[in-house]
Amino acid sequence: MSTITDPDKGGFRVSQLLSDTRYRAITFQVIALFLLVAAFYYLGNNLVQNLRAAGLNFSYGFLDEAAGYDVGQSLIPYTSQSSNWQAAKVGILNTLLVAVLGCFTATILGVTAGVLRLSKNWIVSRLMAVYVEAFRNVPVLIWILIIYAIMTVSLPAPNAFRGDDPASTMLLGMFAFTNRGIYIPAPVFNPGSMVVVGVFIASIIAMFAYRAYAKKLLFDTGKLLPTGWPSLAILLVPALLVFFILGRPIGLDIPVLSGFNFGGGIKIGAPLIALWFALSIYTGAFIAENVRAGIQAVSEGQTEAAAALGLRPRRIMNLVVLPQAMRVIIPPLISQYLNLTKNSSLAIAVGYADITATLGGITLNQTGRAIECVLLLMLFYLTISLAISAIMNVYNNSVKLKER
Amino acid sequence: MSDTHAQSVAFVRDTAIPASPPPNTQAGAVNWVRANLFSSWANAALTIAAIYVIYVVFVAIWPWLTNGVWTAPSLTACREVLQGKVGACFSVLTERWNQLLFGFKYPSDQYWRPGIAFLLLFAAIAPVMFYKLPRKLLIITALYPFAAYYLIWGGTILTPILALAGFIVGYAVYARLVKRNFALGFFAGIAAASLFWWIGGELTFFIADLVNDWFGLKPPRLEIVPSRDMGGFMLNLILGVTCVALSIPLGIVLALGRQSKLPLIKGICVVFIEFIRGVPLITLLFVANVVLAYFLPPGTTFDLILRVIIMITMFASAYIAEVIRGGLAALPKGQYEAGDSLGLDYPQAMRLIILPQALKISIPGIVNIAVGLFKDTTLVSVISMFDLVGMIRGPILASSEWNGVYWELFSFAALLFFVVCYGISQYSQWLERQLATGHR
Repeated sequence: MSTITDPDKGGFRVSQLLSDTRYRAITFQVIALFLLVAAFYYLGNNLVQNLRAAGLNFSYGFLDEAAGYDVGQSLIPYTSQSSNWQAAKVGILNTLLVAVLGCFTATILGVTAGVLRLSKNWIVSRLMAVYVEAFRNVPVLIWILIIYAIMTVSLPAPNAFRGDDPASTMLLGMFAFTNRGIYIPAPVFNPGSMVVVGVFIASIIAMFAYRAYAKKLLFDTGKLLPTGWPSLAILLVPALLVFFILGRPIGLDIPVLSGFNFGGGIKIGAPLIALWFALSIYTGAFIAENVRAGIQAVSEGQTEAAAALGLRPRRIMNLVVLPQAMRVIIPPLISQYLNLTKNSSLAIAVGYADITATLGGITLNQTGRAIECVLLLMLFYLTISLAISAIMNVYNNSVKLKER
Repeated sequence: MSDTHAQSVAFVRDTAIPASPPPNTQAGAVNWVRANLFSSWANAALTIAAIYVIYVVFVAIWPWLTNGVWTAPSLTACREVLQGKVGACFSVLTERWNQLLFGFKYPSDQYWRPGIAFLLLFAAIAPVMFYKLPRKLLIITALYPFAAYYLIWGGTILTPILALAGFIVGYAVYARLVKRNFALGFFAGIAAASLFWWIGGELTFFIADLVNDWFGLKPPRLEIVPSRDMGGFMLNLILGVTCVALSIPLGIVLALGRQSKLPLIKGICVVFIEFIRGVPLITLLFVANVVLAYFLPPGTTFDLILRVIIMITMFASAYIAEVIRGGLAALPKGQYEAGDSLGLDYPQAMRLIILPQALKISIPGIVNIAVGLFKDTTLVSVISMFDLVGMIRGPILASSEWNGVYWELFSFAALLFFVVCYGISQYSQWLERQLATGHR
């Protein structure tokens, strides 16, 4: 396509800056640039003056000072004497922890609900519709607070587990649901356990290799190898064998009641549970809608064509419907993951020590370094979302329909 | 052959056989149950599990609902009435009804003002939501912001009237000049309005003072309620309605900017949109709460509610811009080319051809964003504003009378939000069906 330019009208006149398409773009951009610079100068100037008036300076030195506060749950060593930077790292890890846990459970919940909502079973599909609508239309903050209230008000205190005839008992003798959190057994790695772990990782790789081989064989020769039970066997048998041969090197540290609280095991605090659960259920409702839309987007003709080719229902699902539905489901799914990660900043409402609560909450209030803290906070979330969008773009390009 | 045929009697049925009822196995409630609920073993198991879940929930909630106590001054009194039975203390709702709706500082003899503003909201929104209503009703919509401001914040009536008159002057100038050049009309309109506010403001209050001195006539005024006294569900509604209304035009501008061929303008819009979409709303509220003051000229302060409105509007406009960008991208390229070939310039093509279609496509998306935004207004409770959730978590649950009434309060808040949000999303689906004019 050739571009038609205006014929040269001779000398340059000032009015051409607004009326001539050749110069107008430049005029507008110069004006925009000028306004932008002026706005930044104005804001920056105000900032400098305000900081000077308040006797503050812009520095990140406070990150090395002692934080002076405790956090409820931490994945890395932390005491109140650790630096603010250490507190921020605790927060970052906690945010990532709840985001990963939340995405995992939200996906399970959402896919289940989305598939069941399309079920021919009237009661089940109605029930799932109620779930989706109830959770989508109520703010997630209210759900977080409700589940936190359930955790802290309705569950028994640890000393309800005491005595010969306790009011509450541990589930399976291993799990204790208390108002301070849930106590679960912790794995104990004795010498030799690394071998078991290594074997297990090797079997995971072997399982995927086997499945890839089965698929290749199917496409090359048409021979159908079973994949269900051999995968399971490859996954479990070697690891279990090594586990028992080495004399059970991995044990369980079961939580036991000692004093006023449980000792041993892993404690998952009530704030984490509330946040994790609420975010999963809330995001799950959105994912359910995405899944439903994705499955409905695959036209009936695809299923019928596959059936006409003689495929079994399960193979139709796996080979024809799901790959096409995935293309519709995955992009909104990933943006739901992003939403979940951003919503995890509501941790501050229940006192879970994520990055917003540590860096943007207590550190900010104690040091008064509002600009520095909020900038760091935004930078962190921005990094995560840009990284996730980058992954999404790569994925989108890889599954894009190859058109002419 | 022919003789056999001659003996046969021709039979042509001239009446239709009445339709016979389907066999018993194919109709009726029993069959429906069998086909829908118990078609296979797995299905039957699912049905039974679902019925069990419904039963458990029902057994837990029903006595709680029906035994509810509606008149008791405090939780202890309520527990005495219940005498150990399971039951809800709904009296917290009746007792604190006004606080839940208006916050705890709004003067109680002025509750009628936000009440009227709320009722007028329906009149103002109706012509926007139902496009079959006469277009003249949009005048109510245009007048509503000024009326609502006057009703909720109070003060002298001259302020909203002056503001309104400025808009009218600006629009008159714009309408005169837009036929020559859109940009000229737009900027001249803004300039005229600003000039009017500046001069008219001085003049009006001067005259009002004179009239007051000479005749003792005062313009009608309502008691001033400062922004920090707003609270309860009213605050959620104020934030939600204002921010949605403001963020749609801003979102359109951002979306057009992102589509622009001018690299600098496109760059600014992309950076703004991606930045806002990349950070959680809470961090923006922190900015409104503690950071924004640093960027204002020294000595100026403006109230928290306005700062929050600015930040939430920016937040929502970035999302709305993305939705509208989708609508713009969904338009066939021919529409843009048609605009060019008719000799329309950029503002004309956008106003007359592109945007009406693109906005129509993006309405469901915009409504989704509006619902999400309305839900997100609860986050202001984190920066210690007393919206509905903030009221519940703060003054009500912390009071000695109602310390521990979690379920009643939280289910009330959830119900309120559910009714509004579900209503809006049902409306959006209805609108989608109405607007489906069968493209392609």
